[in-house]
Amino acid sequence: MVSVTTLDLARVRAIAGAVVDPEIPALSIADLGVLRDVRVGDGGVEVDITPTYLGCPAMNVIAWEVEAALAQAGFGDVRVRLVLSPAWTTDWMTQAGRDALRAYGIAPPAARAGRRALFGADDETQCPRCGSVETEKLSEFGSTACKALWRCTACREPFDQFKCL
Amino acid sequence: MTTIAVASTPLVEALLARADDALVHAHRLSEWCGHAPMLEEDLALANVALDLLGQARSLYQYAAEVEGAGHSEDDLAYRRDAPQFRNALIFELPRGDFAETIARLFLASAAMLPWWQAAMESPDARIAAISAKAEKEVTYHLRHAGEWMIRLGDGTEESHARVAAAVAKYWPYTGELFEAEHPAVAALLPDPAPLRAAFDATVARVFAEAGLDRPRDGWMQKGGRRGVHTEHLGHMLAVMQHLQRAYPGAVW
Repeated sequence: MVSVTTLDLARVRAIAGAVVDPEIPALSIADLGVLRDVRVGDGGVEVDITPTYLGCPAMNVIAWEVEAALAQAGFGDVRVRLVLSPAWTTDWMTQAGRDALRAYGIAPPAARAGRRALFGADDETQCPRCGSVETEKLSEFGSTACKALWRCTACREPFDQFKCL
Repeated sequence: MTTIAVASTPLVEALLARADDALVHAHRLSEWCGHAPMLEEDLALANVALDLLGQARSLYQYAAEVEGAGHSEDDLAYRRDAPQFRNALIFELPRGDFAETIARLFLASAAMLPWWQAAMESPDARIAAISAKAEKEVTYHLRHAGEWMIRLGDGTEESHARVAAAVAKYWPYTGELFEAEHPAVAALLPDPAPLRAAFDATVARVFAEAGLDRPRDGWMQKGGRRGVHTEHLGHMLAVMQHLQRAYPGAVW
């Protein structure tokens, strides 16, 4: 058993934060904003994660992966807690995360999560492939809870958009 | 016997009511998986169902903690009989055609959005935290269902007739969504009376664009909050609970 000290904090944060979202492997949970807090003390390591959506099926897998990654680095006594408050927002996604999403073929969410009007026009969305803003929404819901389905009318390719929340 | 006895308190009952609403609605929506009129809608309804399932799980987990009898979220979902369910009747009715499914999703979301918004201010930190998540999700559901209401209502003669019939069918079940809470939990959960105005405004706005008439408020069906259900809930639970009843505690 490795004794944990506060000196390990940065290391734990780096290891836990490097775990990727199983549904979007291009994105680490640090870049996604899902990793909320890390605490290291005599009682072991505590990691807080927060769900993007309450029904997100990836949360269990992310918790297991965090435990496994820390165990591999010698941190045996790890507890992963699920926290709901404050509620996750796309504003917590880092710039590196947004760039990684775009490179992966998913349009990142708008830079600031505004309160969208209930009905009416959508914010401009840029095609992650050709960069055109000549795009249209096909469906409010995409392949996972956090994505919507769009189409580019310039390059004719369909693409996912990370919903702005 | 695999049925559990729930150590009931007004707060447990109130949490179960909203959890059961979400679970039963999620199940009805998930029945469209593989059957929706188009692939995008298949994905959308499954996504909405998943959101509702997540809301149900959060509420069951909290209800189980408040109950303090060692039950899990799965026990509460899979090991209660129909009379122990507290969902509003609107959610257990058979899914009907696509217009009926959309009309129910629209009416329920229009009622639930102001409820979740008000519940975000709850002095109970857990309820406030769950509500802050659910509110964002239900905003999407309402937007999606509302756009379909307009598309169907303002569409063909056939789509208009079907969605108008669906609205007439579900309207008498909307009253139950605004029933007052037990006085013992009134301070923790939203007062339903002022939520009506937001519901009415959403309905008025969408119906105007959809060319639909708002039905007159007449007799309202109720009973679900007391465990008095339609015959449909028992049939639904028989399917939904089958595995956990046959193999209690099964995991995979």
